[in-house]
Amino acid sequence: MYQPEMESMPRDRLDALQLERVQALLARVYEGNPAYRRKFDEAGFDPSSLKSLKDMRRVPFTVKDDLRASYPYGFFSVPLHDIVRVHSSSGTTGQVTVVGYTAGDIDRWSDLMARTFASAGATADDIVQVTYGYGLFTGGLGAHYGSERLGALTVPVSGGNTKRQVQILKDFGVTVLACTPSYALLIAETAREMGIDPRELPVRVGVFGAEPWSESMRHQIEQELNLTAIDIYGLSEVMGPGVASECECQCGLHVFEDHFLVEIVDVDTLEPLPDGETGEVVFTTLTKEGIPVVRYRTRDISRIIPEPCSCGRTMRRIERVTGRSDDMLIIRGVNVYPSQIEQVLVGIENVAPHYQVVLTKRGSMDHVEVHVEVADDFAFDEVRELERLQKRVKAEVESALAVSIAVKLVEPKSIARSEGKAKRVVDLRADEGR
Amino acid sequence: MVEQVSVFLENKSGRLAELTRTLGDAGIDMHALMVADTSEFGIVRIICDAPEHAKALLDERGFSASITPVLAVEVPDRPAGLAELLEALDAAAMGVEYAYCFVQPTGTSAVDVLKVDNAQAEQVLVDAGFKPLGPADLYTPDI
Repeated sequence: MYQPEMESMPRDRLDALQLERVQALLARVYEGNPAYRRKFDEAGFDPSSLKSLKDMRRVPFTVKDDLRASYPYGFFSVPLHDIVRVHSSSGTTGQVTVVGYTAGDIDRWSDLMARTFASAGATADDIVQVTYGYGLFTGGLGAHYGSERLGALTVPVSGGNTKRQVQILKDFGVTVLACTPSYALLIAETAREMGIDPRELPVRVGVFGAEPWSESMRHQIEQELNLTAIDIYGLSEVMGPGVASECECQCGLHVFEDHFLVEIVDVDTLEPLPDGETGEVVFTTLTKEGIPVVRYRTRDISRIIPEPCSCGRTMRRIERVTGRSDDMLIIRGVNVYPSQIEQVLVGIENVAPHYQVVLTKRGSMDHVEVHVEVADDFAFDEVRELERLQKRVKAEVESALAVSIAVKLVEPKSIARSEGKAKRVVDLRADEGR
Repeated sequence: MVEQVSVFLENKSGRLAELTRTLGDAGIDMHALMVADTSEFGIVRIICDAPEHAKALLDERGFSASITPVLAVEVPDRPAGLAELLEALDAAAMGVEYAYCFVQPTGTSAVDVLKVDNAQAEQVLVDAGFKPLGPADLYTPDI
């Protein structure tokens, strides 16, 4: 553990610390942030009335639109003079949001990312290749500062140029790789194309995040790259990476609860759910100065794992995020998370776990076509076998999603590979309705 | 047995042209080409020179290619030539996965290419008086 005195703090002390910090936070944003003052006043919420963590249910939520509406700096809680850096969200779901950090925020973030690397099993003796993009995206610089804070040798490659990534992994003796999980697979694929066995690369730990991925994808990555794949979690509105991280047990992500208060709320009623139940993840930043958020609705779907973890950390875990409430597709009334498809594909031979869902309208009915790449080393030469494969994919995906679909087998590498986030869904339903 | 290059293709315009251009630019001569297709995809089966090299080239260009061992048999180019061959296999209860024929510019015989999932098929045909062909009879093998 990088900060054992915090990470394994007795639970009652942690609860007391959270209450103390949340009370201070509410007072701070009410004073320093007109947007929050208005929000609280409109909801009739008096920040000084919060006496226990159970009272959190009375506190109004913050949503992404609050940040968008005050683009770029309107949601900051300190004067710009005190801000030393900004990042912004990727803007994949609309207008970008800008987040600001004070020097203190950067310092705490570095600690939290150092905790993340340490909980993945990295030490000051490791060589860390940061392949998350450097720039406005929080991934690159977030990981960079954390790796340096841990004392590891940090290789700031940023994203792109996969062949060069492979060459550096090999030549620099990189032992820890930080990137998105889909990019890790692209690295393995590219290494093979270069005649390098990805299993022979010196990387022993992968710190993967920034997009939802599945347990079966983890197994595939671990097998292809011969490493331990650790899931990390974060979002720019809350801080960036370093909000929660798996430990070496690989069984859920410890939320760094001394800095973030986590709640799971019912997707429909928005009422807090007891530990163990699945719903939307909501965070309150306890120590952030630049742009603290109160009950920020992440749209990510998960649950809290109430059981203590064998690693000794007392911080509660959330289950890996497998979907987002706004990525969730509603197909003929059924809720579908595209990541379920990937989970199925990894288990089927002769196809690659690269897919794209194309949604169209046939009359008033939703039509779902799933494009699936045949594997590189695909060895059929009979139409019958291809049709059998197509039927198998169809049957297994349908049974996982509970929706009927059409499957189209496509050529290897014909679905655009992401150097960042994968484009898994093409929804043309609205276009045709016009 | 001879080596056939099998390639998975989506039904997308220009894809077969790209495939044949790839082989053409590498100076690889094709002797037979057959497409098995559905409305969505096809499998292209090719008998060409240097099949292993051809497969490697196609893989490099992003095609999904594989090498399939198939039977090639010389049959007399006259009515019932193929029927006699198929009857011999049928008599031995051997099913044919697929077959196609081509005529070589020399001689009066046709070449039948067959995929039979039975290791004894070649012997059955020899016993019935047919002449199975080797790589050198059809194409210039890989060096």
